[in-house]
Amino acid sequence: MFPARTWRENPQRYRLEAQKCSKCSSVYFPPRKVAPGTLDGSCLEPYTLPNDGTIYTFTRINVPPNQFKDAAPYVVGIVELTDGTKIMCQIADTDGMELEIGQKVKLEFRRVQTDGEHGVLAYGYKAVPAIPGVTTV
Amino acid sequence: MVGIVGYGAKIPRHRIKVEEIAKTWGADAPSYKKGLQLSEKSVPGPDVDTITLSVEAAKYALKRAGISGSEIGSVYVGSESHPYAVKPSGTVLAEAIGAVKDCHCADFEFACKAGSEAMFVCLGLAQSGYVKYGLAVGGDTSQGAPGDALEYSAAAGSAAFIMATDKDKILAEILHTHSYMSDTPDFWRREHEHYPQHGGRFTGEPAYFAHVMGATKAILDKSGMKPSDFQYAVFHQPNGKFPMRVGKMLGFKKEQIETGWLVPVLGNTYSGASPLGLTAILDVAKPGDMIMMCSYGSGAGSDSFIWKVTDRIKEVQNLCPKTRTQLDEHKVYVDYGTYAKFRKKILKNK
Amino acid sequence: MREVAIIGVGMGKWGEIWNDSLRDIYVEAAVLALKDAGIDKVDSMYVGSMTPGLFVGQEHLGSLLADYLGIKNLPCTRVESACASGGVALKSAFLEVASGYSDLVIAGGVEKMTDCSGDDATYALATAADQEYEVFHGATFPGLYAMMARRHMFEYGTTREQLAYVAVKNHKNGAKNPKAQYPFEVTLEGVMSSVMVADPLRILDCSPITDGAACVVLADLETAKRICKKPIVKILGFGHATDTIALHARESLTRLDATIVAAERAYKMAGKKPSDIDFAEVHDCFTIAEIIVSEDLGFFEKGKGGPAVEAGETQIGGKIPINTSGGLKSKGHPVGATGIAQAIEIVSQLRGEAGDRQVKGAKVGLAQNMGGSGGSCTVHIMEVV
Repeated sequence: MFPARTWRENPQRYRLEAQKCSKCSSVYFPPRKVAPGTLDGSCLEPYTLPNDGTIYTFTRINVPPNQFKDAAPYVVGIVELTDGTKIMCQIADTDGMELEIGQKVKLEFRRVQTDGEHGVLAYGYKAVPAIPGVTTV
Repeated sequence: MVGIVGYGAKIPRHRIKVEEIAKTWGADAPSYKKGLQLSEKSVPGPDVDTITLSVEAAKYALKRAGISGSEIGSVYVGSESHPYAVKPSGTVLAEAIGAVKDCHCADFEFACKAGSEAMFVCLGLAQSGYVKYGLAVGGDTSQGAPGDALEYSAAAGSAAFIMATDKDKILAEILHTHSYMSDTPDFWRREHEHYPQHGGRFTGEPAYFAHVMGATKAILDKSGMKPSDFQYAVFHQPNGKFPMRVGKMLGFKKEQIETGWLVPVLGNTYSGASPLGLTAILDVAKPGDMIMMCSYGSGAGSDSFIWKVTDRIKEVQNLCPKTRTQLDEHKVYVDYGTYAKFRKKILKNK
Repeated sequence: MREVAIIGVGMGKWGEIWNDSLRDIYVEAAVLALKDAGIDKVDSMYVGSMTPGLFVGQEHLGSLLADYLGIKNLPCTRVESACASGGVALKSAFLEVASGYSDLVIAGGVEKMTDCSGDDATYALATAADQEYEVFHGATFPGLYAMMARRHMFEYGTTREQLAYVAVKNHKNGAKNPKAQYPFEVTLEGVMSSVMVADPLRILDCSPITDGAACVVLADLETAKRICKKPIVKILGFGHATDTIALHARESLTRLDATIVAAERAYKMAGKKPSDIDFAEVHDCFTIAEIIVSEDLGFFEKGKGGPAVEAGETQIGGKIPINTSGGLKSKGHPVGATGIAQAIEIVSQLRGEAGDRQVKGAKVGLAQNMGGSGGSCTVHIMEVV
């Protein structure tokens, strides 16, 4: 993995930086150059995604691609954040057997990919099942 | 006035019991449990490292400080398990919390003392006025060679502290510090080695005990205080036995040490060990409480701190998950095979 | 625009083809199609191929295949739209003939997927998903469709058994297709107990890794009438649409908007409606895909695709036979070739050449080819003259 490719995505992956349209309030993640249907990006304002949400759907991957060989089995899902934005990410700290659609999760900072033994480490968000009664940040 | 304005702890959910490790190596679990006074330890998942633990701990610290990442002027991460040999952990942390780009950033290493070093430096920078808010993190995903005594204790966790002179925000004021060191090779890891080596019983009396006693006695002299003046004390905790014994030798009682004594169910979090103990104390401390803290890093040295808790502590304790909650609840136990997989102890073709 | 017909079809036996290379299998299919059409040269060629660069390290495919087909200086274009590459090649060829620029054009497709390890093939296929926001997180294609399946089950009560019925039906059809990679039947229990790939999808819910090529020859209707000795199959209309490549960016995971829009366009252009379609080839890369697509094409109400397959409505002899060829599931899925092979099945049925799997009285057929997790789709509607 050439470092520029993952480095460029740091604001999104590290800090959930997204955009919100000042006209229609649509949220775009990752950020775009133009708002759909307008050919114009001037209405897109910086916006940070919330850290909490619920599981919209998920799967447990038994047959992984090469770069996730050591991680299988692992759970990937789509999380619907509290503002309604949906993002895809891994759901960590679970074997996936007890998960349900609608279950509360929070996003945590995790190592997402490692480029072999020698390459760069790519960090980003993963969802973890929310612990009842524990405040999230 | 300078001190802590925000703190946070992060402990991974996975645990392994001493029995599970002992079974693998044909070792006697009861004697390890008795000898180390430790029954289980935290295990970092495959996607958890010093950086990720530090980011989560730092987010909690920011929340308790009530500031944004962009207000942080210095970021220091102390660890002996930095994921890169060359390339800072601190830059990832700083980016992740938004403490970019006008910020001083460095990684520290001094065996298990790297976290308290970061705290020491941030206190100095805040007091001097060089930075408004300094973020200090101590954390490790500790290494212990398979089958070695260290494997029973080497654990994972991070603690983060934000230091400042902001009177309205200080939740624990620093009254005194003292640092004490000598060249004592009791525990080391050479470059390119996976696991540290140690001098067995040499790690005790001339190393841990000499330096923790040295730093603590000196700070007591400096402050004119005595052990009974403190509500709490936390000493570096490589196992359950050492901190209790050194406390007793110094004249502290079990009741003063117990709150920050996490090692029996956490294990040794190396650079995170005494800092995490301090977070557990701050979680329950009352205004006016006095806290003695002394770290220890092999090689060797100790930093001691005397903290005085302020009224603000009550406002922040419940803002984030407490250390003891993370330690005692929602644990996921793993077997040795899973642990070996998580910790990349299984040999595979490249 | 001129009317366009398919006058020749060709494909070899699909499967793991160890002795032949990508160029060999493509040339075999192209020659079969030319012979079927009774001609020896064409004006132009389009080749759908998803990622020969990753599978066999070869790009610049158009020139390579024109060279090995032995038609000197033939204008040839390689077309890519993930697993819909074949469908888009067909559309491109259609437009070139319809425009009047060319009279005879080959639309082909090819993928050689077994010249690399299974891991490398998984990686290559995953390049059809969003690299930075899906694949980065470990998503695989079975995983993406598994997430759709879980949603469809959640929203409409689609059952695990209903998914399995798709595989059972398609293998039953494929068992009668001599070109199929896996021409054998499977049982409901066999599907339900096969190895888990991405929960809830098991290995027998997934289309296989296949080497294969397929070609059709297109001609304008006048030329077709002049040279074609078999029943002439007209392409009445096509639809082509895209959707977000990333699954999470979609409003719903239980419908495929590119398919809905492509179908609307195709129905409109063809002047047909869902009830006019006698049979269909749809993109069953995973069992759940066939269920969702059968709804999105208008054959069944949303949420009723599962019960319909369970009730046998999509079997040969049912209300709307789907994937009489065996589908991607049994026939195989050499990704770039799939869209063309679907067209071949439509032509075979409309010509009455489908043998044991013939749909009686078939006059109008529909082929739906889809890329990625539904990020691109083509629909072609054909009728026998």
